[in-house]
Amino acid sequence: MNLENRSAARFKQQAASALKDNNLKTALAKAKDGFVLKRLHAVEDLDEFEAIRAEARKIKDHALSHLDFYLEEFERKVKENGGHVHWAQTPEQACALVMDIVGTEAKQVLKGKSMVSEEMGLNAALEAKGHTVVETDLGEYIIQLAHEPPSHIIAPAVHKTRDQISDLFHGEHPKYGLNERLTEVPDLVNEARQVLREKFLNSDVGITGANFLIAETGSTVIVTNEGNGDLSQILPKVHIVTASIEKVVPTLNDTATLLRLLGRSATGQEMSSYTTFSTGPKRANDHDGPEEFHVVLLDNGRSKVLGSEFQDILRCIKCGACLNHCPVYGAIGGHAYGWVYSGPMGSVLTPLIIGLENSYDLPNACSLNGRCAKVCPMSIPLPDLLRQHRFKAFQRGLTDSRTKLGLKAWAYLVTRPKLYSGLTSLAAKALALLGGSRGVLRKAPLASGWTSVRDLPVPQGQTFQQQWKKASE
Amino acid sequence: MPDRTKNNNRVGLLVTCLVDLFRPNVGFAAVKLIEQAGFEVDVPSAQTCCGQPAYNSGDAKSAAAVARHVIRTFENYDYVVAPSGSCIGMIKEHYPRLFESDFDLKTKAEDLAQRTYELTTFLVQVCKLKVNTTFNATVTYHDSCAGLRELGVKNQPRMLLSQVEGLKLNEMEDSEVCCGFGGTFCVKYPDISERMVSEKTNNIKKAKADFILGGDLGCLLNIAGRIKRESGETQVFHVAEVLAGMVTIPAIGEKSE
Ligand code: SF4
Repeated sequence: MNLENRSAARFKQQAASALKDNNLKTALAKAKDGFVLKRLHAVEDLDEFEAIRAEARKIKDHALSHLDFYLEEFERKVKENGGHVHWAQTPEQACALVMDIVGTEAKQVLKGKSMVSEEMGLNAALEAKGHTVVETDLGEYIIQLAHEPPSHIIAPAVHKTRDQISDLFHGEHPKYGLNERLTEVPDLVNEARQVLREKFLNSDVGITGANFLIAETGSTVIVTNEGNGDLSQILPKVHIVTASIEKVVPTLNDTATLLRLLGRSATGQEMSSYTTFSTGPKRANDHDGPEEFHVVLLDNGRSKVLGSEFQDILRCIKCGACLNHCPVYGAIGGHAYGWVYSGPMGSVLTPLIIGLENSYDLPNACSLNGRCAKVCPMSIPLPDLLRQHRFKAFQRGLTDSRTKLGLKAWAYLVTRPKLYSGLTSLAAKALALLGGSRGVLRKAPLASGWTSVRDLPVPQGQTFQQQWKKASE
Repeated sequence: MPDRTKNNNRVGLLVTCLVDLFRPNVGFAAVKLIEQAGFEVDVPSAQTCCGQPAYNSGDAKSAAAVARHVIRTFENYDYVVAPSGSCIGMIKEHYPRLFESDFDLKTKAEDLAQRTYELTTFLVQVCKLKVNTTFNATVTYHDSCAGLRELGVKNQPRMLLSQVEGLKLNEMEDSEVCCGFGGTFCVKYPDISERMVSEKTNNIKKAKADFILGGDLGCLLNIAGRIKRESGETQVFHVAEVLAGMVTIPAIGEKSE
């Protein structure tokens, strides 16, 4: 797949090329089994999971319905703690704000994982201004070496096989004197650590995302499994947090409730290895911490989603469970979706941010099997929201003309039972004749979408209604 | 709910558009099973389709028109039953939502929803059916998505199948994962659907069963069509056909002699 000019509008082509990629197939199959089983066990082991889920929903719904209040509270607290809050409507504005804070002096910038910075295209902007960007999350580091965007909200390099990662490291690391091609996971992790450690110590600015923003304390929270987030924000002089506005929750207690769902739903862990709370810059008696603490808050269309039929999607805590359980994501991976977010949550969110006209296929390329909604810890009715997009697309005339015409003819027929039964009798007979005794058709008129990948079983010959009528006479 | 008929035992069978066109045998099997349990079955001739194609393609207006037609057609039955989880899910879960701004129709949709049942659920919960048939075979079972997740159809078919003399059930891996049918999805995104259905047929193969059964004809046509394309051996039947002992015709997509 050409990742340079991928877009949500080219979903179909991207999906087609993803389906041909055997490395992707191997990588996704491996990841899926791990995620699904681990989550299942973690959830089964927690008797009160459903109760926490209900509580979490209430917390987020409450926060969303008073979003302005909690955001202002958050800002007030951050300032009280000696930090700064910056507001951005658009990703461009957010990017400009970050660039301003980074300034021209800073050479090396450390980054923890942040999907919002992907919305902003931050890495490219920083590099264009001559800064060296070091991704410190192992997955992000891998895809940075490969010059690729993340393909999963919590496992950015999930599309890579171990072999591909070995090759990447072997291509890149000899310049640090590491010449052996490693193939075992622990060895690969250690080697990346070794390379990154040097860089942690020599950076001027650390940029991280946030899983939660706490209004009560003015803290930002990130979870990681590598501890890279801690180092990214403690060692450099300046810490910048990039986050979208719906991340705010009222209290520290609320955060604890949501954290109990997050780890379990994401990786099947009770808690991620590291949960880091950042509350303002270093104080007089602190041993470490940044001298400056900034939070850049990005809206990017989310405030318009408030109060709309799509508001539920703003409860999302980006755990990735819906991706891990989605058979479409499992078939094509994240890059095919063409924008920052993928899988069910992405197919709901992306059209809201970049426009349905630019992402028409996303909400349509789904069998509405409902598995995502069953595992979503925030009880987001993902299939219903995808269907809402389809309603909107139809109202706005975005539905392709063939589908529209088909629906029109179909609606005419199914509300006229006599005509309908006449036509179905004909169709049953014609298809049965075409099929003869073979039982299936390899090709059928007007059914290439069906027969391109499977045979069409032929009808028995007479419709049920015909036979029923005959039997009751 | 007031009894609509004196004995409160009149069932309107929603055959479903796919069974009507492709596999009438499933409809007759459903009739036989419901009658076995002492209910009276009628199949209103005015029925056509439940409206899912429009609903899931974003055409809410056409879906509502069809829903009104179904509501009218099945007004006078004590129960409405269909051999499909997705059509019943449509009626029970989604019809009431189509009429949020029309109190009268919403009430009617809710009334219909609460007397409507997926076939195996009806046989277990309402009929308390004792299955009386023999099928000497190893089978595996695919849990169709809408039935499973909208209606909780999981144990019902298994309870019924466990009473079939000679039948052995080998569960397949990922029996609850979508087969890639998804109504219009499978023809709009055939290559993604292909990957999904071939994972399904792969799991079916691994289950070492002679037959794959399920409760939704859409999924079964998809699975059977793919098995045939792969020159596979496993034969496909709707669970109702097995329960009613009506497996004498060729399996779905199978050659006739
Ligand atoms: S939509 Fe739900 S399951 Fe998906 S990432 Fe968000 S919280 Fe997790």
